Amino acid sequence: MSRYLRFLVPLAIFAVIAAFLFKGLDEDYNPRAIPSPLIGKQVPEFSLPLLEQPDTQITNKDLLGKVYLLNVWATWCVSCRAEHETLVQLGRMNKVDIYGLNWKDERVAAQAWLRQLGNPYAANIFDNKGRTAIDLGVYGAPETFLVDAQGIIRYKHAGPVSPDLIRDKILPMVAELRKKG
Amino acid sequence: MMFVRSFLLSLFFLVIATPLQAATLAEYTFEDPQKAADFREVIDEMRCLVCQNESLAGSNAELAVDLRNEIFDMMTAGQDKDDIIRFMVARYGDFVLYDTPMKPSTYPLWFGPLVLLIIGALVLIRALRKKSVTQETELSNDEQQRLDTLLKQPSDSKDAQK
Repeated sequence: MSRYLRFLVPLAIFAVIAAFLFKGLDEDYNPRAIPSPLIGKQVPEFSLPLLEQPDTQITNKDLLGKVYLLNVWATWCVSCRAEHETLVQLGRMNKVDIYGLNWKDERVAAQAWLRQLGNPYAANIFDNKGRTAIDLGVYGAPETFLVDAQGIIRYKHAGPVSPDLIRDKILPMVAELRKKG
Repeated sequence: MMFVRSFLLSLFFLVIATPLQAATLAEYTFEDPQKAADFREVIDEMRCLVCQNESLAGSNAELAVDLRNEIFDMMTAGQDKDDIIRFMVARYGDFVLYDTPMKPSTYPLWFGPLVLLIIGALVLIRALRKKSVTQETELSNDEQQRLDTLLKQPSDSKDAQK
């Protein structure tokens, strides 16, 4: 028994280390991600102006009735820039509406960003004070929430979304949530 | 000399760094000293979500500033420490608390070290027992005879064998 143990113990230790290192290779793995307590809860109430039209307010109730993605972004956020092309491509697929939460940003800069890099968003919520972002438990842009037709948050990804994550995780979840109604 | 210089340098940075943090918290003034103490305590017990090794009190991250302001407003409006903790945990989860609550999902954190200690102790005891057993093993007749002949050999022949 102990003869085998001499080999099995180092092998087991190696397997554990290898498993952790392998996880680190996944580009969608974010070691700073914090599990959100908001999964399974309603999108918090908000009433904020649109980025595009300062005089028009949008509330959480306006978004009820459809499955959508809520993407938190800002022009001061470098990873958001890296993520943007992926969102533009997702927008072209026309498979799910993307709403933006423009977080603690300047209106002019954000509008210019969308003109330059393309606008994949159905609409952008302008959260200048960051108060709604706090209610959403946002701690770093970009963050992406998947919300169902009842306004319940079903999934959250902290960090830039990759094309792989959209294909393997987000779009299948969207299809499933639509089936449930 | 090198040591003294680096010591003095760190001391210098320590001195210029302290008022910086104090300045960021000086803006929060309460009429009730108890409230002020509660405020200090609650932001010390919370982890900043941006700089994950800093407390909410010590961090200069923008989100930490916003959260301090929010907590200050809530406390000024009459909410107490427990309300603040509930508010923060509802949004950011138990992660924001430095004082981890005891519940099934955190049992590994609370009891893991104890389990490891017990496993370590068991392994140690086993290893020690095994060692003492091998030492006490009696020699077989054959081995005893060989040992006796070896001991009877004169010392110079032992040197010759080298």
